[in-house]
Formats: sequence, structure tokens, C-alpha cells
Amino acid sequence: MIRRLLIVNRGEIALRIVRAARELGLVSIVAHSDADVDTLAVHQADEAVCIGPAQAAKSYLNIPAVIEAARNCQADAVHPGYGFLSESPEFARAVKDAGLIFIGPDADIIDRMGDKAMARQTAIEAGVPVVPGSPHAVEGLEEALSVAEDVGYPLLIKAAAGGGGRGIRVAEDAEMLTKQLPLAKSEAQSAFGDGRVYLERFIARARHIEVQVLGDGKRAVHFFERECSLQRRRQKMFEEAPSPAIDSTIRKRLCESAVALAEHVGYLGAGTLEYLFDEKTGEFFFIEMNTRIQVEHPVTEMVTGFDLVRAMIQVAAGEPLSIAQNDITLRGWAIEMRINAEDPDHDFFPSLGTVKKLVWPTGPGVRIDSGLYEGYKMPPFYDSLVAKLIVWDDSREHALTRAGRALDEFQLQGFTTTAGLHRRLIEDSAVKAGAFDTVFLERWLAEPASNHANVKEVINEQ
Amino acid sequence: MTTQQVQAPFPGVFYRKPAPDEPVYIEEGQAVQAGDVIGLIEVMKQYVELKAEVSGTLESFSAENETVLEAGDIIASVEVSE
Repeated sequence: MIRRLLIVNRGEIALRIVRAARELGLVSIVAHSDADVDTLAVHQADEAVCIGPAQAAKSYLNIPAVIEAARNCQADAVHPGYGFLSESPEFARAVKDAGLIFIGPDADIIDRMGDKAMARQTAIEAGVPVVPGSPHAVEGLEEALSVAEDVGYPLLIKAAAGGGGRGIRVAEDAEMLTKQLPLAKSEAQSAFGDGRVYLERFIARARHIEVQVLGDGKRAVHFFERECSLQRRRQKMFEEAPSPAIDSTIRKRLCESAVALAEHVGYLGAGTLEYLFDEKTGEFFFIEMNTRIQVEHPVTEMVTGFDLVRAMIQVAAGEPLSIAQNDITLRGWAIEMRINAEDPDHDFFPSLGTVKKLVWPTGPGVRIDSGLYEGYKMPPFYDSLVAKLIVWDDSREHALTRAGRALDEFQLQGFTTTAGLHRRLIEDSAVKAGAFDTVFLERWLAEPASNHANVKEVINEQ
Repeated sequence: MTTQQVQAPFPGVFYRKPAPDEPVYIEEGQAVQAGDVIGLIEVMKQYVELKAEVSGTLESFSAENETVLEAGDIIASVEVSE
């Protein structure tokens, strides 16, 4: 039983959790840094406790300080939100060892799913497809050529010791593999001091599609998928649910695979399984699992009608899932646009300032998750996400139109945001057609804006 | 002899070293060339290199490592070489 919930986060997600706590009749307590005293989450919460100085390492990431605060304010549960300590097994363990409930899965599951190799192995055990690759490093050319037959072309030759996109070569066919393999091995040897390479299928036109799950430790259900291909530097900018790329047959197989994996590990809480989707072949491959609530969870809430943050608190409190898979249906279309305090015209450099004027869009099908208010002075210490503008309508076409209407109503003075960029993006013909992959947005941003579809008048942003 | 003051171009956290366990970019009293990196400013999880605009001697730092700065705060003074 939870009575007093400590929320260890800031910004819009802290406020989102405060709202869920209030609706559940819990006492909400926001743990905040020195820099976040004057925030909506702190104002709206029943109580607040300072856990340290502005720098996250000394406050939001400081496990002993958080545990001490939790004890002092007599919390019986801790919600980590996203980012910060949300996927720290040490933190989940420390919360449990302090005799409190962690709103999320067990530390062991965070550990297991947070390790890429272990998560991949777990997916294979659960019968979930993973990106085809050589099971271990390939030695000679003969072995490589035979493994390549199973992996399929085009493929990537990846340095075992590489990472972050370094030490990767592409081979389109056996002839190229024959040429590239010795080069890749000597390159890996000189760059990483380790000449081992392995092979992995190269999916040229991949989409990022993820499935929302919720488990009670025994049973799990899914809440369908989210399409998150529109990214810049691996940061999602624009998300929608459902995905325009998959049909009901693929959707069923994809979502059932996510439930299979969640049940295989006895998952408890809200979680997301990320997949690469190859539009050419219709294949999907599990890449990783996030063992927490995600930024883009509202689009799922909009198309299913369920409150995921409330539900994850209930299962953490020990309540079994009260719903069956059949109770969850898709209705309409939802879009989330991330409003970041960044200047798209200056390489997305952070744009700081004080909110001088703020007019939120309202009306049918519009939801705002944000900690902004007039007079709010943004601190320079944290993430640049300041608002999420979410719209729902009965179809994708209508949702895009509504997104434009909402963006036109939105007025923010004081600093530059990415709102204007979204206004142009939703007018793009490829975006309207739902035809994009994970590299689309960066390519689109590199084009001069004059190439993009005309947007009426000026964007409401200065 | 002129002294040029290096100001924070935007708010953020000032660091004198590239990483916590590495030495500082430059010690007080050391010679500096225009374009040399003398520190980092962290703003919204982005790190921006702070460079000297003139050549000379880095006289002193007014901002300590990990100081929280407002735009315009003085970080260091450089004695400009003639």
C-alpha cells in the first residue's frame, strides 16, 4: 500500500507523476534541486524536499541524498520518472533495501535488460526476433562467407571493440565482403587494439517502432506501438501512435512478441521494447528495452484511453493487472511534438531565457505536458525539453491538421523553441504520407528551408 | 599593457578541465594563443569550448571550476601581448 510517493525528477514528467498521484489519492512529494524550487511540479505537489545543488550529479543522481530524503519525509514509494536514476539498478536496489517500493521493475531486471548483449540473449530465449548477426566474432574469410549466408546481405562488418558508430564497414555482397574483411580487421586492430570483427545485417531503410507494455510480474499486456523514426542525433523529436508503416497482421505479431518477452522475464511496471522495422521485407527486430515510463507515453494514452503512469504505480503497489489484452483497443491517431528550448537555425544550440508570454493551444484533442509558466526562468543545468504538445484526432490526416492548428495557437515569448520546425515538418509531403525512416529528419534538416512546403505566415515564436 | 576580460557568452556551468580526472586546460600565469581552449561551459547537457580571443598571458581566473555562471559573468583576465 502506498500513501506517500516521492517523485525524484523534474520538469514536465515530475508534474505528470504529481497529477497521477493526486488522482490516486496519494500524498505527492517532489524531490528537487536548488535550481528547481520555483517549478510547477513543486508548486502542485503536496510537499517538496530539496536533495542538493543544481548540478544533477549532486542532486537528481545522488542516490544517498535521495534515500535520506525519502526516509526523512516518510515516503513509502519512489517514482524515478525517466532519465536520471530511472534505469539505475543500484538505485532500484537502494530503494528496496531502504524498505520502500520502487515504481518500476526489480533491479535484476533493469540490470539484465540494460545490458545489450544480455537483452539480446533474453529476446532470443523468448522467441523474439533480433537483428541477424554472427553469434560470435568471425575468424577467417571462409567462416565469414558462410556466416554471411545466414545473416544476409547487405551486412555490416563491425569491430567487436568498436562503438558509437565507429569501426563499421558495409558489404553489399560476397565479393565486397572478401575485399573488406581483411581491411576491417586490420583497421579494428589499429583503432581499438582488438582485431575481432563480427557480422550484422544492415537495414538500410529502418524505422524505429516501439511497443508499450505493462506487467504485474506474472502477466503482461501491450498498448500497441509508437512510431519514433523522426530523430535528430538519435534524439526523438516527433512521435505518433499507431505507426503508419505496419498493417494489422504485422502489428499483432510485433505486439505479441513484446508481451512474450515481458512475460518471459516476469516484468513488473511500464516498459518499452524498441524495434527496428525493415519496411522492405516487413521484418522487425528487437534492439533494446527501456524499463521505465518514456517521454512519448502520452501518444499511447491518447489512442488507448489508459493512464499509464497511474497504472505503473498500481502494479508497483502490488495490485494485479485489472485489464485483459482484449480490453485495450486502438482508437484514432495521436501525435507528440517535442518543444525543446533550442534554436533550429543555430544547429539546435540551447536557447535560454525567461518566459515572457505564454499561450497554450487548447480545444478538442489537444494535450500539453509542460512545466512552463509565465515568469519561469529556465535553468541551464538540465535537458532542453520544455513542453510536449500532443494532439489526437480520428485519423492521421486529421491529427496532422489539428497539430498545425494547435501550433498556430501556441505563443511563447522569451526564447526560441523547436515549435516552428514542427510547423514546417508537418507540412512536408513525406511526413504527410508517413513515408520516412530514421535518417529522414537529419536529411530534411540539412535541406534549405526554402525547399520545404510553404507554411502560411510566420510561426508563433520569437 | 591591456587586459582583456573573458566573459561567459551564455549561462551555464564553467569547467577548467576537459574531464574531472584530467589536468586543467591552462594554469594561471601561462601564455595563451588566440583560439586556445581555456575552459568548457555546460549548458543543457551540451558542452561548449571557451576559447581565448587574444594572445598573451592568462593572468587569473575569476571563476572557479564548476562555477555556475550567468551570461556576461567574468571568467578570466588575459594580459594582451603587444
